[in-house]
Amino acid sequence: MAIEIEGAAKRYLRRGREIEALAPVTLTIEDGAFVAFLGPSGCGKSTMLNMIAGIIPPSDGRIVHDGRVVDGINRRVGYMTQVDSLLPWRTAEDNIGLPLELQGMAKPDASARIDRMLNMVKLEQFRRHFPVELSGGMRKRVALAQVLAYDPPTLLMDEPFGALDAQLKLVMQAELTAIWEESRKTVVFVTHDIAEAVALADRVVVFTTRPGRVQSVHEIDLPRPRDIFRIRFDRRFQELYETLWSALEPDIRREEDAA
Amino acid sequence: MTTRAGVYEADEFAPGRPSAAAAAHAAAEARRHQVLMALRVLVGVVFLAFWEFASDRLIDAFFVSSPVAVGGRLWQWLSDGTLFYHLSFTLTATGLGFLLGSLIGFTIGFALGRSNDLATIFDPYITAIYCLPKIALAPLFIMWFGIGIESKVAVSAVIVFFLVFLNTYAGVRDVNPVHIHATRIMGAGEWQLLRKVILPSAAAWVFTGLKVSVPYALIGAVVGEFMSSNRGVGFLIAQSSAMFDTASTFAGLVVLAVVGAAINGGLKRLERHVLRWRA
Repeated sequence: MAIEIEGAAKRYLRRGREIEALAPVTLTIEDGAFVAFLGPSGCGKSTMLNMIAGIIPPSDGRIVHDGRVVDGINRRVGYMTQVDSLLPWRTAEDNIGLPLELQGMAKPDASARIDRMLNMVKLEQFRRHFPVELSGGMRKRVALAQVLAYDPPTLLMDEPFGALDAQLKLVMQAELTAIWEESRKTVVFVTHDIAEAVALADRVVVFTTRPGRVQSVHEIDLPRPRDIFRIRFDRRFQELYETLWSALEPDIRREEDAA
Repeated sequence: MTTRAGVYEADEFAPGRPSAAAAAHAAAEARRHQVLMALRVLVGVVFLAFWEFASDRLIDAFFVSSPVAVGGRLWQWLSDGTLFYHLSFTLTATGLGFLLGSLIGFTIGFALGRSNDLATIFDPYITAIYCLPKIALAPLFIMWFGIGIESKVAVSAVIVFFLVFLNTYAGVRDVNPVHIHATRIMGAGEWQLLRKVILPSAAAWVFTGLKVSVPYALIGAVVGEFMSSNRGVGFLIAQSSAMFDTASTFAGLVVLAVVGAAINGGLKRLERHVLRWRA
């Protein structure tokens, strides 16, 4: 049992009124599962991820990760955010080496690991470049290499490829799928892109808004290994896409009307 | 695998490839730069020539001296050791004031930047002292520390303190919370967070504070010397003007200008190195 979410909820105070950002969620994510949180913005899916990471505490309920209650920053996860979290004053290789440095890994071991990671994301020639000197896609690959470098058992990803153009997004998804199919880490992947959720995950948790809550859970029974570039032409993929669309549609229409 | 590599390459910008067009472009840029540099020198030469011509022809040399007289005085000071004697005094006061002020400014700026409670408590007092013209403290410091180097160090340190303090405070406040969370999750303790995220992130601000404050450290020391002193470039200028020795007054000003420009140039180069990641 990698992650057990037991009635975790989040409420905020705003101008003296309490706002329910996320209604109580109960959910179990098994070891080695690839789970996607899918939903429109404001549905609390990122809030849920931040609670698993221990960045914000739940207002009610609790989260148990690998048998321990999450209380404060959760150091047993790797977290890849939508916004750039690379340190701008460190080169690509120094960013990838940061978690190794923090854990006190010996220099030769660390540099061997960094080399392997750079090779994996195909950025060897750019190792001494600073983030400002890299393209958006290259920065994402450095961030991915960084989060994989220290081998955390669980990966949390908050729309990591959201800012990339469609083609590059596919490339990164394929990269992630290949790495995951080899390492079988537990992955929680937040996205608002139905196709991305279906293509990557084994299970999709659909969130809806006002208040944010879990609406339904869908098993994605597409076979592995998956070919990210072709899977969307698969009949089963299209069926699952339609199921998820009908689950999300009323919520999206309601938001449209409200706006 | 090959197709994937292909997609990657399409996305990547290749680091500058040499070509004939690029070489021509570089040559044109270089020529333009040479012309500008020549014009820069020309402006200085024309100015000095006009000054020399105007002296005693258009305006009484008593008031404006002349480049030749000023140059002669500088040469004399340089050869008889006057310049070194006074300059070393001023530079020592500037350096000590800068060190003291920036050390205290950095420490307090850092502490208040990291602690909301401390910042809330001290805010009105710091604002009040900040609004005071620091030069106005010089008479007090001369009373406290005498006319020796200590009072000059104090004036200069107070000015530097505020500049470095405010920039450090802003810099520590400005650290991106995403970087803090990400580094914490990767396993950083408080000390590591300080060293690997907060200090480097605040470095740009702190450096700006340091850079801006160096000329002010010089101002502080010189003003201190103006008011009451028996050594230093400020003293030299004040004494020369009191004796209506225009050439010496200008020579003193030239020394200050050259020292200020030299310090600034050094800082610029240092900054370019320290903050090269900002590209």
